Amino acid sequence: MSPIETVSSHTIAVLVDNEPGILARVVGLFSGRGYNIESLTVAQTDVKENLSRITIVTTGTPMVVEQIKAQLDRLVPVHKVHDLTMEGPHIERELALVKVKGTGEKRAEALRLADIFRAKVIDTKTDSFVFEVTGTSDKVQTFVELMSSLGLVDVGRTGTVAMTRGGAAF
Amino acid sequence: MKKPEESATTGADLLVKALIDEDVEVVFGYPGGAVLPIYDSLFKQNKLRHILVRHEQAAVHAAEGYARSTGKVGVVLVTSGPGATNAVTGLTDALMDSIPLVCLTGQVPTHMIGNDAFQEADTTGITRPCTKHNYLVKDVAVLPRTVHEAFYVARSGRPGPVVIDLPKDVLMNKHAYAAPKMPVQHKSYRPQTTPDQKQLEQAFEMIAKAKKPIFYTGGGVINSGPKASKLLTQLVHMTGYPITNTLMGLGSFPASDKQFLGMLGMHGTYEANLAMYNCDVMINIGARFDDRITGKIAEFSPNSKKIHIDIDRSSLNKSVRVDLPIVGDAGEALEGLIKLWKAKQPKVDQKALKAWWAEIDTWRGRDCLAYTQGKEIIKPQYALERLYHHIKNRDHYITTEVGQHQMWAAQFLKFEQPNRWMTSGGLGTMGYGLPAALGVQIAHPEALVIDVAGEASIMMNIQELSTAAQYRLPVKIFILNNQYMGMVRQWQELLHGGRYSESYSEALPDFVKLADAFGATGLRCHEPSKLDDVIKEMIAIKGPVIVDVAVDKAENCFPMIPSGAAHNDMLLGPEDRAARQVSEEGMVLV
Repeated sequence: MSPIETVSSHTIAVLVDNEPGILARVVGLFSGRGYNIESLTVAQTDVKENLSRITIVTTGTPMVVEQIKAQLDRLVPVHKVHDLTMEGPHIERELALVKVKGTGEKRAEALRLADIFRAKVIDTKTDSFVFEVTGTSDKVQTFVELMSSLGLVDVGRTGTVAMTRGGAAF
Repeated sequence: MKKPEESATTGADLLVKALIDEDVEVVFGYPGGAVLPIYDSLFKQNKLRHILVRHEQAAVHAAEGYARSTGKVGVVLVTSGPGATNAVTGLTDALMDSIPLVCLTGQVPTHMIGNDAFQEADTTGITRPCTKHNYLVKDVAVLPRTVHEAFYVARSGRPGPVVIDLPKDVLMNKHAYAAPKMPVQHKSYRPQTTPDQKQLEQAFEMIAKAKKPIFYTGGGVINSGPKASKLLTQLVHMTGYPITNTLMGLGSFPASDKQFLGMLGMHGTYEANLAMYNCDVMINIGARFDDRITGKIAEFSPNSKKIHIDIDRSSLNKSVRVDLPIVGDAGEALEGLIKLWKAKQPKVDQKALKAWWAEIDTWRGRDCLAYTQGKEIIKPQYALERLYHHIKNRDHYITTEVGQHQMWAAQFLKFEQPNRWMTSGGLGTMGYGLPAALGVQIAHPEALVIDVAGEASIMMNIQELSTAAQYRLPVKIFILNNQYMGMVRQWQELLHGGRYSESYSEALPDFVKLADAFGATGLRCHEPSKLDDVIKEMIAIKGPVIVDVAVDKAENCFPMIPSGAAHNDMLLGPEDRAARQVSEEGMVLV
């Protein structure tokens, strides 16, 4: 495959006015134009200016990713669009809550693995744990997969948030 | 809550004041329960004129016609629920063709939103993908500001329709009006209009060094304002290069000029499409490489360097990869290029240019729009040629419906000026032409406004004859009646083995009697020899007229690039068709 057809993953951060319907605008843009959303994270990040930051992980050919950014940029309430994947080194993190049910050796093993992954126990009963684990999506995914044979009953994931390295602001 | 001040007025009054502050003169609309307060405010003033249409879709098309023929923002007023949903086709049409509109929709009171109230629809939800932007106003205090912002958004950058959804309680609540500092801007939306100077210089170098250049320009030039069309004409004359226009760009360069190759694309001229295919430098200004233009992307102008100037960054490198994408307003870019051309006085390779023109002239020699007019049956092309002959020296505006007649109108009517040609390009909305003509006529009461129509399309918004009658709008509806949905029939003939499934216009009305019933005049013409007299009569009649011209039922629109084919693979006439088979890949395209 030529580079033009290579599909790759991009993490895009979008700064938007925190107004009703803005998420629907962004999500509708993706579904209406047939783009992928691998993960999506939204929260207000600037209370004074009433801005929210949307972090989207998407995949596409270079031409499609360029299109996605241009389309996002022309939404009226969008202030800034940054392709973190293209703009140099950045860090990505995801948080997951993972509930595991079991007793005996499986329970002990779950706790040992949680320790290796630096997951925190944030709720426990005699036959269950809820772990809080953070890291890259891959790390979170690996942790969840390991737990699946140890009594995994529930998973909640935030999706990726990301930020550039160094002192430069968004 | 603060007590309303002495000077406080209702939201509806504030709305009307805000519209007047935006220099709005006309509103196209249809009343209903949720917008009654606005209609009450309209009743109590005499600065805003309201035009009552007969269907909300027509209100939007009329506003589009008004906007496109004046360059101003068109304004629409409809009620909640069905009023808003009926407007959706018009809004989508305006979005696709980049027409600046502000559409005010009524909404149920805020406390009832989400309750499935009577005539409730999720208008902002429904219109989100078919508007440039939309608002739901929940507080009367922000109503005027929202209106001004909506006008700013509608007309800035790449223009488009903006919806303001207005709950009834917001319209009835009271608040003081403070005239805002004009022009009101959006807090963050600032589309780039000034092109990058370095890129313009690069473009200049490419243009100056071209051996087989072509200008390919579109609606962006017209949207930029009449000055951009003048600048385009100036630049094209300075260079001596050929130019072709998209359907949306017709009128931005005088059609009678010898450098004009006609329209390009699916039903464009042979010379325009072959020049696009064979050029070495393509200068796209304000066009978007639409699929009707490019044909098969993989074989689109394979050997050219492409410059693309567009105000919308998302139009650049969307379907066709270009060598030099430039974000900016067409007019500003043209001004920059002209300055560079004047300053640098480039030496164009005249020998190469001469050879290029010679090549183009051989393609022109094919006379791709030729047809044979017999004595018996009127050819649609002939009807339009005669129409043009009689209107060319008058102040005239043309609108169309959608289909064969639209393409023939684009081919056979000559547009010398911008803002004279109103047609549904991107969405292809049948039923566009008559309401659009009404909007044009409102803006230009003295001008000759003609809707070139097909007998099928005209039926889609025929109720607007009643609007024409009410306001004595002397629009002329020139129907090329072939008793078929002609373009559907043409495709069925070429692609579906001549199985004319549901494309026959069964049970047509008697258009002469129909005109009479609506208080208009109906004329009919069957014979080529009587055509001139009928057209003259149509022009002479002061009121609205329907002319029912019976044309050849079997005529197809040529040239044609079949879907999925490249520019150098055109069908020039009926004799071309037997030899070719449309590929399966092409069949799935529309």
